[in-house]
Formats: sequence, structure tokens, C-alpha cells
Amino acid sequence: MARIFTYIAHKSGVPDDSAAELMAAARKIDAASSPTAIVTGWGPDLDAVCSSLQSSYAETWKISNEALVYPNAELVRKALVKVLPPGSILLVAHEHFGIDLAPGLSVKMNAAFVSDVLGIEGIEGSTLRLIRQEFGGQVSAHVQCDISSGAVITLRPGAFKPLEQASANGVVADKSPELGPLTAGRRYLETIVAEAGDVDITKHAVLVSIGRGIQEKNNVAIAQELADALGAAVSCSRPVVDAKWLEKSRQVGSSGKTVKPQVYLACGISGSFQHLAGIKGNPFIVAINKNPKAPIFQVADVGIVDDLLEFLPELTNKIREMHSVSVK
Amino acid sequence: MVESIQSPAEATYWLIQGRILFLVIHLLGTACFAYIVAKRLVPLLRGERDFRFDRPLARLGRVLKFWLGQWRHPRYKAAGIMHVLIFAGFILLATRAFALILGFADSNVLPGSLGHAYDVVRDYATTVVFFCMVIAASRRLVFKPARYAVPDKYGKAHTADAIFLLGLIATLMVADSLFAGSKAAAQSQLGQPVEFLAVLSLPWILKNAVLTAPLATLQNLHLGGYLLHDLTFFFLLCYRPFGIQFHVETSLFTIFFAKLDRGTLKPVRWGVTDEHLDQVKSLGVKTFEDFTWKHMLDFYSCADCGRCSDNCPANAVGRPLSPRFLTIKARDYSFQHYPVLGGSNNGTLLIGSIYSEDEVWSCTTCGACEQECPLLVEYIDKIVDLRRGMIDDGNVPQSLQKPLKALESRGNPYGKMEKKKADWAKTKEFQQACEVKVLDGNGDADTLYFVDSITSYDDRMQSIGRATAKILDQVGENFGILGAAEKDSGHEVRRFGEETLFMALRDHNVHAIKASGVQRIVTADPHAYNALKHDYKDVPPVEHISQVIAREVKTGKIKFNPVENGKNTYTYHDPCYLGRHNQVYDDPREVLDAIPGLKRVEMARSRDRSFCCGGGGLMLFYEPKEDQRMGVKRVQMAAETGANVIVTACPFCMVNIEDAIKVAGMEGKMTAIDLTELVDQQMVRGANAEGDSLLANSTSCHPERSEGPAVLRES
Amino acid sequence: MEILVCARRVPDTSENEIELNSAGNDIERDDLVYSINEPDNYAVEEALQIVSRIGGSVTVVTVGGEDDEEILRREMAMGATHGVLISDDAFGGSDGRGIATILKAFVQKGKYDLVLTGVQAEDGGAQVGGMLAAMLDYPFASLVNSIEVLDGGKLKISREIAGGNKEMNEIDLPCVLSIQTGINEPRYVGMRGIRQVASVPIPTYGASDLGVDPGAVGQAAAKVKRVDYFVPALGKGAEMLQGSREEIVEKVVELVAAKGGLK
Repeated sequence: MARIFTYIAHKSGVPDDSAAELMAAARKIDAASSPTAIVTGWGPDLDAVCSSLQSSYAETWKISNEALVYPNAELVRKALVKVLPPGSILLVAHEHFGIDLAPGLSVKMNAAFVSDVLGIEGIEGSTLRLIRQEFGGQVSAHVQCDISSGAVITLRPGAFKPLEQASANGVVADKSPELGPLTAGRRYLETIVAEAGDVDITKHAVLVSIGRGIQEKNNVAIAQELADALGAAVSCSRPVVDAKWLEKSRQVGSSGKTVKPQVYLACGISGSFQHLAGIKGNPFIVAINKNPKAPIFQVADVGIVDDLLEFLPELTNKIREMHSVSVK
Repeated sequence: MVESIQSPAEATYWLIQGRILFLVIHLLGTACFAYIVAKRLVPLLRGERDFRFDRPLARLGRVLKFWLGQWRHPRYKAAGIMHVLIFAGFILLATRAFALILGFADSNVLPGSLGHAYDVVRDYATTVVFFCMVIAASRRLVFKPARYAVPDKYGKAHTADAIFLLGLIATLMVADSLFAGSKAAAQSQLGQPVEFLAVLSLPWILKNAVLTAPLATLQNLHLGGYLLHDLTFFFLLCYRPFGIQFHVETSLFTIFFAKLDRGTLKPVRWGVTDEHLDQVKSLGVKTFEDFTWKHMLDFYSCADCGRCSDNCPANAVGRPLSPRFLTIKARDYSFQHYPVLGGSNNGTLLIGSIYSEDEVWSCTTCGACEQECPLLVEYIDKIVDLRRGMIDDGNVPQSLQKPLKALESRGNPYGKMEKKKADWAKTKEFQQACEVKVLDGNGDADTLYFVDSITSYDDRMQSIGRATAKILDQVGENFGILGAAEKDSGHEVRRFGEETLFMALRDHNVHAIKASGVQRIVTADPHAYNALKHDYKDVPPVEHISQVIAREVKTGKIKFNPVENGKNTYTYHDPCYLGRHNQVYDDPREVLDAIPGLKRVEMARSRDRSFCCGGGGLMLFYEPKEDQRMGVKRVQMAAETGANVIVTACPFCMVNIEDAIKVAGMEGKMTAIDLTELVDQQMVRGANAEGDSLLANSTSCHPERSEGPAVLRES
Repeated sequence: MEILVCARRVPDTSENEIELNSAGNDIERDDLVYSINEPDNYAVEEALQIVSRIGGSVTVVTVGGEDDEEILRREMAMGATHGVLISDDAFGGSDGRGIATILKAFVQKGKYDLVLTGVQAEDGGAQVGGMLAAMLDYPFASLVNSIEVLDGGKLKISREIAGGNKEMNEIDLPCVLSIQTGINEPRYVGMRGIRQVASVPIPTYGASDLGVDPGAVGQAAAKVKRVDYFVPALGKGAEMLQGSREEIVEKVVELVAAKGGLK
């Protein structure tokens, strides 16, 4: 069985949430496996990440180099090519860094590459069976992947539920000396932080979407709080924009944005044709509406007949509660 | 002692004999005017072709009605009546002016008592025009009707220019009256027969004012009045082509050459057939010279009265469009780029210089501006031509590109599958009540129900489709639909400037309609109705469902149950493409009035002044910059009449009005219903079934049927 | 600047209802309509805008069959200088890596300063650009949402990263960039524009023209294969949650978490 590695992204000394998801995915490939975490970076932040990973990973490879202080995919790729044994399986989160890193890395490793995987069905010999979504999520596909010369797989964030497990008491191995000098044709300059109000609802996996049921501008905050707790964005239907409660950039529908989230919380949205036309990719729709006959219930997966002004705050509290538990 | 007063021709002005002085003035003035007009014609000669010489009698008729008859002016009472008076005065005085110019003198142009009568009329005409100038000036300075205001973005107010022009005309009137009045006063002093002046007219007042003045003064006033009149006249003549007063000269031609057919669009290029359109390098209007000569003439003719913009719904809701300034900006452009002195400089792209993209996309083509313009200035064709230019350059908002793309690949703006086009007729309940045939070309129906995209695919609007089918069934119509073979009518595609795509949709539909073998077409969508009626050629005659219902109410095939809830008050909203563009105003109202117990009120803006709901077709996809939605304004207008039900006869009106009711927070207080839905709801079912053998033969729909065979035969 | 844009023709998700066929192993392909992969269209527009600023040419290339000429014509109608079709029976069934191998051979035949791809295809997933760059040993950046041409054979680019933030980078030419939607507003192309380029010849290259080893591409060489399509089981219509508000809240949290909606 090939050795499984997970590439752990991190920020400010804290590993990304995906660390636990990648671990869960590795176990789905091989329940007996004990994946090795790979962390690249520089300085005390890197050490902090490595030590926090010791609780979940039996082994963590630390690659420390000043050139890796900001994760430049080209440099990381060069480092990984040097340290990864032939035939390895590397799991990476499918987000902006993984998208930059993974395809090129697979070429340099001469390994198979599968991107944006949502499910892992198992392995037979050297064939790994995976699940992906295609056509904006309208259908799923079984994909088989020949891992005889290794594989690089990017995994959709949130698709794999982190496992609860006892502390691994892992070790950290420093692989840094194996690296030679690192140079790249691409140089990081700076990060420009988006201004408030510059939220792109088309890029969010979870949307808390509000309609006329929100009743007045001040109530938008109720939805925003829920969105903050979920790590989601607030979107809306046209009447909310018309009432100038939210910017036009937040509108979902034929005259607004087309969104393809995974989860769509339709709060006080009746579900007009024009609004639904903007929801693609077959998300899981939770509809909350006072009117049991609202058309949104025809298309929603789950419906709740309730006053959203009372329901949403309770939902927010519940989610916050869960977060505080999981952090501890 | 002078024995009689000298005429200007005989007099000597600063050592120059009057006859010569005035000859020089007249020749110079006329030459100057001719030169300016020639310069003004330069862009027209460079403009695109435009065939406006057909049907001369119809055109003459319009000149009589709209120019001589001033037909549209009284739509605005105060300004309108004043204009009619000024116009009448001008016509009358023009005769005298020419007489004066030609004869330099005092003789009457008409002999005998007729001439005397003319003098009376003339005196009063002068007076009326003078006082109209005073009133007009006071409107401009004191009362300031809102429609004259110039928003900041369009430059400075036109008040000074207006007052200057009014002043010039008033000066003409005073000078003329002084000329006549001083002479009469002199005659009276000399004991000669006094030229008759109408009592209380301006000349009469002036005569009495100078009655006792020394004879020399009167002589000077007489000669001075003439000189002043002459100079003012020629100054005004040459000044007019620099501003709104040019309409005095151009309006006659603008009206003669005006568009004759409502609801139609001009071809992309006059004289170029559809087949040859691909060979035309550039489509639509991109530079000023791409406008047709007639459209340029429109720019000259605009009198800046502001009625178009006053009625424009886009302007009313704060979209960046004002038809008035669409014209004024183009006129200013033409004056600037084709100056009277110096060479022309042309070729600037209009979009980005004088027009903005949003301005051009903001128009719903409702036609309110054209309906109002006293000079029959055209707007829709210009807007569509500008859009054609933008489409040709690929300059199309992203929000419109998706539906256009879907229309190209799927034949509807929603990107829905063709095979689901007839799904609206497949709901279980409906199938039990009515079977809708899908026509496969074996001549198995007389009538085609053309459903069009929104009614086919929009869940809410499908109810209009089902109601229409049940009505056709009730009146015993042997009808069917095209199903998957029907593509979007392309009405809005064409009005959004995508002529090539429209042609593809039209050709497809024409082929499918012909293949179906039907004798006539019915539709419940006014946009489809207008397309089939005006944009398509060689298809069977088409009717809107409201016309069918109105007729069948008269024949008795449709009878109504009384309204259950007598508390409701209904108002009818005229869809633009049924009303203004096709003049169907009465049929829907007659139908409503035929329903026992139905209480109907009219909105202030109804019939040809109906206020657009927000626009149909692709306009639903466009994201305008606006302060308010047109629909909301419209719903508020309905509420002001005390109505709580808005009846309309167009699926797009329904989308906009129902949305607007929600946005305005009037749910529960106001509802909207389509005429077909209301008729379906109130109709006495199968009322004519007994003894009507036609019904049994011609239709397969039975209201009582509880179950049926496979209802739709897919073609 | 000589720019190459790699494009693909895909079923457009906004105009198709992707459904399974009756056998349940593939999607129903009868009624599909195709168009250029949306991000690829943005890439072409970006290339055209760069060329209009600093000069050069835009070549659009696609690997596929005769049907795929359609998108080349569309992009040529937008203003692309050349369209190139790469087609060979040996290429059928290639995975992302196979396509990248074919494109690499094409890139090496020409002389391009910049290679653009769309960020991802409807049925793929952000593969080809990064692989192509690695094969060519060109620098690569994904999710690019602005490009500024600098002096000295460099570009200043921004990448769209989490939260709508922008990661600014400098990148050496030649390079490969995968373009994110929204980087520009692609111009509209109608049927007329396409008809006007209908007779422009489109060169076609096969495996031998490019010197591609047929054994290295195609179905046989593919390490990744799609086995079948399926639709994950989902209940029809909304399941109306009953019970006390507290119970419902709990249930919603559970369901949302199961769908990956909880961080």
C-alpha cells in the first residue's frame, strides 16, 4: 500500500481546518493507514503548526525554508518533489493553494491527479475509486484512478467529516536539509484584503439568503450573524435589493447573480421563478418561511414553517455553541 | 406740412431709399438663411438612407391632422391651447409678412370685404400671439412646469434661450402693430380715411396710445416699426436653425416623413434584404452619420417641449434615460460637428461620448414618448438602431448575454429544454379539463395558440396558458400549439438590437407555423402578438386573446357568472404592446364590463397614456440603475384610484406587477390577475355546448371530462 | 505579445438540465447544447484586451473533434487571430494529463509568450493549466483575476483567494495562467459574427503533426477514468420539519453539517 501524505495549509501558526478532513479522507482510502502530514513554512509559526499537529498525526514532516515563508506553489512543489518517496499519495485541500500546487506536482511526481473529490469509495489493488461532481454539481461521477505510480488528490473542503480520535502523540521529522536552493518564476508581492461590502456570493459554499420575510433593514443583521457563525455569506432575493437593504451584488436570481453553493438557507424567500433561476448546482436547500404554501417548499430539501426573525437567532446560538465545544 | 404718411418703401432711411434698403435686407436675410439651411442639410445628406416617400396621401393626411390640425397639442391643455393659438397666429401672419415683404407696403392682399375680414383676424392674431408670448414667458419664469427643467447631468437650463425667442416674437408683434397703429393714428390726425384696426387688438391699443403724438413721431414710429419688424424677422429667420425654433421650418417635413406604421421597427438598413445583411460591414448606429436623414431631421425638429420625457417611465423611475435629451444631445452634437462656419468633423462614436450604454438599454420601447410627441418624432427606432450598433460591437451587458446565448441555442431566454415547452399543458388537473394538441403538420387544427417562452416556462405564467386554452376550448376553437417546435417570438430580441438572432427565430417559427397548416393564430402575449403581426411576414392573421374573448362575448359563446366578491374594485392596465402599439384598448374593457357585478375604475394614466410596468422579454434580465421600479409606480397609481385588483393582459406585465405588489408591501391589499385568468374564473362552462354541433366536431376539450387519453402528442 | 488560449467545448450548465440516461450510467446526451467553457471565454477576452493594449496575436486552440470547431469560430468572431483544432483518434479518452501532453507539444511548435486557460471546466477540475505549465517548466498561477503587463518580460497578476482577497504576484514570461471568471466582461458574439468567420480555414493538427506519441495519450494512457455518472439519492420536495423549535434547530444543524455547510 502506497504511503499517504497530507499537505497541511496553515496561517498564523494554526493548521487549516482541512487538516482533520484530509486525515479522514486518508482513512477512507485505507482505514489502517496512518497518514503523514507535511507542513512547509518558516520560523516559529511553522514550529507551532507542527506541534499542534502532533495531537492528530502520528508523523509530521516539517519543511522549513525561508523562501517558503509565504506558500508559493512553485517552491512548495520543488520541495515536495525532493522529499516525497516515489508512489506516494498526496492529499491536498481543493482551495486556492491546492489548485495552484496539485496539477503541476502530479506531473513532476509522474503521479495520477484527481481534483475536487467529494467522496472516496475505496481501493482495489492499485485502483482507487473516487466520487466527483460534474456539470456544476448537477450529477456526480465515479472516477477510478490508477495509483500505481502515486497520486495527487485535491479534496473539496467540507466534504469529509473529521474523525474523532485519541491523541496521536506524533513525532515531527525535519526534512528541511534535503532541500537545495529554491527559486521560482513567480514571486509573491502582497495580499490585498477585500473591502467590506465586496462579498462575492458566487464563491461561497454556504449562503444565508433572505427575502422579503426579513421585513426591515435592521433585521438583516440577524441573517448576518447566522452567516458569520456558519462562515457563510448573506445573499438575498430581489425585493431586498429593491428596498435597498442589501447591495445589488448580493442578489440571487435571473437578474442577479447565479450561485452554486452547497447549502442554501432560504429565509423568508417565497421562491419565485426568477429567484430560483439563479440557484444552480443542486444545493441542499433549507427553506424557512411563515407561509406553508410558499413555492420555495416545492424545491427545498428541508422546510420549516416558522417566523425567521425568531428562528434564525436560535439557529445562530446553536451553531455558536457547537463551535465553542469543538474549539475546546 | 406732410399731407400723408410715407410708406417705408418711399421713405429714406439714413440717406438710403427704403425700397433699396429693404431689398438689401431681404436679399441678405434670405441668402443668409439659405446658406444656414444648406449647411444644416449637410449631415442629412451624409446620413443613412430612409424610404419615406411612399403613401403620399397618408402622409398628407398626417400633415393635415398633426401639423395643420395640431392634433396632439391639446393633450397638454395650457401649453397645447397656447401653441394652437400661436400656430394659428403664425399661419395668418405669415400671409401678411409675405405681403409686406413682397409689396413693402400697406395694401391688402385680399380684395374687398374679404380683405377687411382678414385685417380683423390679423389684428387679433397679432394680439393673441403677443399675449401668448407673455404667458409663455411667465410659465418659463414663474410657474416653471417640471417638464421644462434640465437635470444637471444634461447641462444648463434652456430658460434664457426660450425667453430670448419669446422676446423676439413679441418684438415682431409689437413692431408690426406699431407700424399699423402709427399709420392709423396719422391718418386720423390728417383727417384721412383711417385704416381699420380691430377693437382692443394690439395695433388698436397702440394706435390709441400714440393718437396725439406729433405727426413726425408717428412717421418715425411707422418707419421704425417696419424696420424693426423687418430686422427682427430676418434675424429670427436666421437664428432659428440654431435652436428649437428650427421646428417652425422643419416640422412640416418631419410630420410628412413620419413613420406610418405603429408597432413596426425600421429595417437594419433600408434597401438591404435580410439575405444580404451579413455582407453589411457595420450594423446599427455607431456614429452620428449612421442615423438616417429622417432621424437627423427629427433632431432639428424637436421643440424641447419635454412631453416625451414627462411620459417616459424610464425617466420617471430615475433610469439614466430621457428621450428629450436623447434628441437634444444629438442635435447639439450635429450643430457642433457640422458648424455653420467651418468644416465638419464627424465619425465620433456616440456611445461613450454623448450617450451611455445604460441610457440606451434603459428604454422599454413602451412608446409613451412617441405617443405624446406633437411632431411625431421617433424614438424606438433610434434606440433599437443604437442597440444594433452595440450588439454589433459586442458591447452587451453580461446579464443580457446569457439569455441571448440561450435564445440562440435553446430558443428561449431561460435556457430551458425545448422538449419541456409544452409541459404547462401537462398538469393533471388541467389535462382532465382540456386537451391541448401539439400540431404536427397534418392540418389537424384551424387555429394556432402561440404560447411564447414566458408562458411556456414560467410556473406562474403557465396559468395564463392554461386559462387561454380553456377559453379557446369554450368558444369551440379547434386549436393546437407548436410545442417543442415553437421558439421564442424574438420580439424583444429584435428590440434589443439582435436582428440576426431575431431573424433565425422568426424564420424557424414561420416555417413551423406554415407546416402546422393553421388558418389563424391567437396569442395571449402582446409581445408575441406584435411580433407575429408586424415583425413576421407571410403568417396567418393573428389576434390577441382579448379580441377573441370580446367577440365571443358578443356572440354569446362566452357568458359570465357574476363576481362573487362585490367588494373588489378592478382597474385595467394597458400593456404597451397591446394598447399603444396596436390600439387594442376597448376589447379588454368590454370584456371586463360584461362580467356582472364587476366594478371597474380607470387609472389617470390609461389607454394611450398607460404607464409601462417595467418591460418584457429581455428587459427582465437587464439590471437597470433606477431609484424605483416602474411596476411599483404603476401599482401605486392603481391604488390611487381605489382599485384593489389590477387586471392586465400580458404575462410580462404580470411578472412586473406581482413583483411590484410585493416590493411596495401591498400584498393582501392589491392583487393582479390576467384577463384570461379572470375570464376563465368567471366563465359559465360549456354554456354553448348544448345544441352546438360545431363544438363536438371541432374540439377535443371537455370541461367535464374526468380522464382522458395521452393528452399531448409530441411532434 | 503572442498569446495562446486553450479552450474547451462543454455542455453549458445554465442551458442544460443534466440528467442520467435510462441505463443510469451516463448523462442523457441527446438534448444537450454545448458552448465554450465559461472561464475559457474570459481567458480569450483577457487575451484580446492585452493584445489591444500592447499588440500581438491571440490563438485559440482546442483538443477535440470537428464539432469543437464551433467554439473556435465563436472566439475568432470575438477577435481571436487564429483558431486551431487538435484532433486525432488517438487522443480520444485522454485524461487531463493526456490533454496537457498534447497541448505541450503544440505550444512547443509555436512561440507563445503567454498561455491562458480557464480556471476549470464544467466536467473537469482545474487540471490542464497547471499540468501544462509543469511539463513546459513555465511558471504558473491559477485563479487569476487581473493581469498587468510589466516591462522586462514580466506580468503583475492577482489571484482570487479566500474571502474575496487578492494575492498579488509578479510572474516571469513565458508562463501559464488559469483565468477566473469575472476578470473582465467578455464581449458579445452573435450568429452574425460567427457567420462572418465561417469560411476562415481552421488548421487541424494530429498526433503525427505534433510529434505526440499516441501511446502516451488517449484512453490507454489515462490514469484517471470516469466510470459512470449517478445522482446522489435525495428526497423529493421539502421534508417539512416538525416538532418544537429547539428540536428543529438541532435537526437543521445536523443536516447542514452533513452537507458540508458547517466549518
